[in-house]
Amino acid sequence: MATELVPSGHPTTLPPANGSFWGRLPVLKQLRQSVGLQRGMLVAGLAITALFLLVAAFAPLIAPYGFAQLRDDSGPFGAQQPPSATHIMGTTVGGYDVFSRVIWGTQTAVLVIVVAVVFSIFIGILLGLVSGYIGGWLDRVLVVIGDAVYAFPSLLLAIVLSIVISGGQSSLWGGIFAAALSITVVFIPQYYRVIRAETIRIKAEPYVESAKMLGASAPRIMFRHVLRNATRTLPIIFTLNSSEALLTLAGLGFLGFGIEPTAAAEWGYDLNKALSDVTSGIWWTALYPGLAIVLAVLGITLVGESLNDLADPRLRARRRVKARATTATTTATAAAAAPDTTTEEKS
Amino acid sequence: MTTGLLPSDATSPVAPARRSAGGGLGRYLLVRFLLIFPTIFILVTLVFLLMRTIGDPITAAQGGRLTADQLAERISAAGYDRPVFVQYVEYLGQIFTGNFGNTISDNRPVTEVLLTYGGATLELAFYALIVAFIVGIPLGMLAASLRDRAPDAFLRIFAILCYATPVFFAGLLLKLVFSVWLQWLPVAGRASTRTELAMQTLPNKTGIYLIDSIMLGSPTAIGDVLSHAVLPGIALGLLTAGVFLRLVRTNVIGTLGTDYVDAARSRGVSEFRLVRKHAYRPALIPIITVIGLQIALLLGGAVLTETTFEWKGLGFQLAGYLAARDFVAVQGIVALLAVFVALTNFVVDVIAAVIDPRVRY
Amino acid sequence: MNDVVEITDLSISFATDGGTVRAVGGVSLTVRKGEVLAIVGESGSGKSVTAKSILGLLPETATTEGAVLLASRDGSHANDIVSLSPSQLREVRGTDVSMVFQEPSTALNPVFTVGWQIAEGLRAHGTVSKAEARREAIEILRKVGIPEPEVRVDHYPHQFSGGQKQRIVIAAALVLNPGLIVADEPTTALDVTVQAEILDLLRRLRDEFGTAIVLITHNMGVVADLADRVVVMYEGMVVEEADVKTLFASPQDPYTRRLLDAVPRIGQGRVHTAEREAARAGARAARAAEGESALAPVVEASHLTIDYPGRFGRKGFRAVDDVSFRIAPGEVLGLVGESGSGKTTIGRALGGLTRITGGSLTVHGFEMLGFSERRFKPLRADIGFVFQDPAASFNPLLTIADAVAEPLVIHGRAESPRDARKRVDELLEAVQLPRSFGDRFPHELSGGQRQRASLARGIALEPSLLIADEPTSALDVSVQARVLELFAELQRAFGFAALFISHDLAVVDLLADRIAVLYRGRLVEEGTGAEVLDHPTDPYTRRLIASLPVPDPVEQAARRAELASIQADSRGR
Repeated sequence: MATELVPSGHPTTLPPANGSFWGRLPVLKQLRQSVGLQRGMLVAGLAITALFLLVAAFAPLIAPYGFAQLRDDSGPFGAQQPPSATHIMGTTVGGYDVFSRVIWGTQTAVLVIVVAVVFSIFIGILLGLVSGYIGGWLDRVLVVIGDAVYAFPSLLLAIVLSIVISGGQSSLWGGIFAAALSITVVFIPQYYRVIRAETIRIKAEPYVESAKMLGASAPRIMFRHVLRNATRTLPIIFTLNSSEALLTLAGLGFLGFGIEPTAAAEWGYDLNKALSDVTSGIWWTALYPGLAIVLAVLGITLVGESLNDLADPRLRARRRVKARATTATTTATAAAAAPDTTTEEKS
Repeated sequence: MTTGLLPSDATSPVAPARRSAGGGLGRYLLVRFLLIFPTIFILVTLVFLLMRTIGDPITAAQGGRLTADQLAERISAAGYDRPVFVQYVEYLGQIFTGNFGNTISDNRPVTEVLLTYGGATLELAFYALIVAFIVGIPLGMLAASLRDRAPDAFLRIFAILCYATPVFFAGLLLKLVFSVWLQWLPVAGRASTRTELAMQTLPNKTGIYLIDSIMLGSPTAIGDVLSHAVLPGIALGLLTAGVFLRLVRTNVIGTLGTDYVDAARSRGVSEFRLVRKHAYRPALIPIITVIGLQIALLLGGAVLTETTFEWKGLGFQLAGYLAARDFVAVQGIVALLAVFVALTNFVVDVIAAVIDPRVRY
Repeated sequence: MNDVVEITDLSISFATDGGTVRAVGGVSLTVRKGEVLAIVGESGSGKSVTAKSILGLLPETATTEGAVLLASRDGSHANDIVSLSPSQLREVRGTDVSMVFQEPSTALNPVFTVGWQIAEGLRAHGTVSKAEARREAIEILRKVGIPEPEVRVDHYPHQFSGGQKQRIVIAAALVLNPGLIVADEPTTALDVTVQAEILDLLRRLRDEFGTAIVLITHNMGVVADLADRVVVMYEGMVVEEADVKTLFASPQDPYTRRLLDAVPRIGQGRVHTAEREAARAGARAARAAEGESALAPVVEASHLTIDYPGRFGRKGFRAVDDVSFRIAPGEVLGLVGESGSGKTTIGRALGGLTRITGGSLTVHGFEMLGFSERRFKPLRADIGFVFQDPAASFNPLLTIADAVAEPLVIHGRAESPRDARKRVDELLEAVQLPRSFGDRFPHELSGGQRQRASLARGIALEPSLLIADEPTSALDVSVQARVLELFAELQRAFGFAALFISHDLAVVDLLADRIAVLYRGRLVEEGTGAEVLDHPTDPYTRRLIASLPVPDPVEQAARRAELASIQADSRGR
């Protein structure tokens, strides 16, 4: 019976947080819940992600030059210039200002992530819900297709798709949509798998069975009972997928399927161009865009990982008793007040 | 890049069969084997249809360079003017006989490209897997046993960093530090020209340089090959190592919380042995299944790593063909990789099924 | 010293999301050599935590105060578990004290052979050769009654039945012959017939090995069967300690009395059943006098068969095999059986959740064989359902009022949950829940409260048939008593017919007009409580009834002898 003191069960049996409006918001709720190192990781992740978003929003104010700017009033920037007062991160082999391109790159990254994740979430959820709930023939076919695509190197698939969509190179929006759509198609199976698995699990829950017993229609059950419970893990998938989208975008850019340097700044493309620089010891053209990718992915992944930990009772860290509880008054009242001990289930 | 970071259930559609005990192994293996074919079929079809939506490959490759008449002639000669469905059926038939078409840019059979360069990619994947296993699995167990303490936090950040660093950036950094600044290791390639020439003389060379250099029997050659392998192996290996670390940690923590580990603890089994034996072995089955899915990550990463280190493997060739807009070659290589992925996933699922006693008996 | 364990002023606190919770507060108790000490209590009483502290097996979130003195096996010295270092704790575990777990299927590692797992205990305390470890494992398996131990030692856990697994868990605990075994609800996960065998084995441990046992349980029948002395715990404290006969004969503490009163006993509901039967007979006579025909049964099953298809062409599984029964209007049929007997399947078939594959099943005259959902739907309004697990039978994101309003909205009795609120309030009142509970979420209610709400939902449309699938088996005994009472009241008030499914004979006897006993998908016996329970004719029913421990140590001792003769009888055949 020691187990009854440990919050029991599955993520879905976790009670929604009580209390204030702020306490109910997804990420803030977890922030309150977290302790120690886990809180540290979550806070660090949120801080980095916020920085990333802020830089993207204020890129025009922060960046000293345009992403495609080659010269200013005092003449051309020059190629492969080391960091200096005018170009704090130096210039690239193409003669662009590295710092400006790193800053502008955040905008491209955010746009691609948003477009890709929004598309894939809607399609993936709908497919997963219908396939998991209805089951049968449709489900089997979708699972085999989904698994085939899931098991395949997504970068290769994204390459093929980006060729299809844009023929490889394109303008800002064309490039962003090409990259985002190729990532979308690759990610749909992931959302599909997760939502389908959740739907199948929830389908067997007594509350769904009881709705069935009452004669509720299939759409009513799917959208009133299954959907909201199945999408509880979505913030986690959302963040983890965002970081994957970012890495896939960079990979595409690195292989030359990114966005033309004159259309937008893209870190992967810049790293591709920096490939030969490194051999001759020019480090600044590779280091800064690379660090930008690492930092952005790190921030988003930290948030996703922490959310994942907090949603999984096995992984969630708990406070240790710090002060030795000496007042006996807490015994009965605390036991009664703690949400997990009020259940009268036999163990 | 497909990673193990998602909270995936890691089960294939036939996996539930493994739960039911008794004589199920043979049947499971058969069903799992048959599942390879729709998987390959779907991927090949997908790639074919996608590539064909942009038009014929000859226009794509030679568009600006030939006159309209010449182009039409070559398209007609290659049969690309026929209905797509006819081409599709023909393509499937060719694949069935192991013919993946000829490249446009250098007119070589795709299968020959694979045979020539596949070994190099396998070799790179092998090095990377060694790094991933050596780094990922013990550290994952360590993190699980020291859960929520400082080393665990450090290891988790390390795992996330491994994953957050694109392989090509990790490759560039390693190159910069160890090859350019410290000059300890070679900058790029699979071996020095001398070693490569020496290995060319071998009567039955494998294309896997480590084996070739051993057959050559020259310690210098072996050393040369290995020194070229260090940086690419680490760059690609660390990516997978991060995923393994996290995977092992999560699964071992999961099994550490089970009754049977508590039961073993109640009999006085040491904490080290609890992690090493009682918790790790049951965790291994889901781990192996997910590792199978990492093959995809590894192959995607190999393309990037090979480009970074000029490692002349399939990925490097693929990047080259992409630049040349040779889509027959791209389609062929991607289709071949699909077959490879389907086969390895089958093998991995078989291994997972065989080591699970609930299936074996 | 004569005490194996001496616990003095033990307090244990846990850190939880909701703050620090004191689970045990100032417990003192002793366990004497070779005795069975039962620690009894309901959820949250701290009984398990107390027992686990004897092995130092508490999670890291726990803080322990006080002393737990554990004698070494030879009795030469004692260790204070609370202050031992991790390596010293490791030395003590397995040699001086060992543990038996509640759920045998999770207490054995699925990927190692049982022999290896037993030998792990030996290896942990000194070097033994492979052959020696194997020999000892075989020996101990033989002692706990595993047939053919030489072969079975190399088998994996999934190749054993539940009862055999529990024997193996006991064997693993026993292999170093510790002076004390802590058994945490060792029979709760088992069927009652298997429970009797495991209790027998534990008794043998005490009598033949001289092992002291700390038995954690919530089941007063198990206590009466096995314990020498009893400690009753409530909210982390010991409220009463007495030898078993005294405790059952003259309980001192009010809580103990309440607990004992709440335990259902066979025969308790007979008066009630007789009254109801008389009332029904009167109604029948009245109808006959007015020249009307007798009412058609609400449910009628004849040669009902339900098969589950096998996967991948494997042979399917027949869950229900040629079962016939009927439920008259206003009648409560109790369906009893152990796990795998098909009782839940029958309940699900009645509600249209599982399709029947043979025979005939009619609900209100509607044939369920090959039914179409569209035609069945209007009928669903006339069938209520109460599920086993009250925690899982409510959508966690809907308030109680919304959940109770669901049937009203679905069947067009109300436009929206808000529209139905007045009716919902009435329903909540009918199940004795305050109206304000309608605005709460399911997790904010206790298990018993949730099951009341579940009943409210079940009767929302005033159905003429209610299916209740183990509605109280997830509840503590005192809560169970109140829910059962409520069920009886509602039944009286609304007059619905009911199929009451349970594994507990005493619970069924309390409520049911007639009882049907299922065994491996077949209906082996059916009749009134008096007929089935007092004069069982089927050998399985006889064994089932004899296996049920009664909460009275004196009577239970007599019943044990009876069970032994029945078991010998069935073995002889």
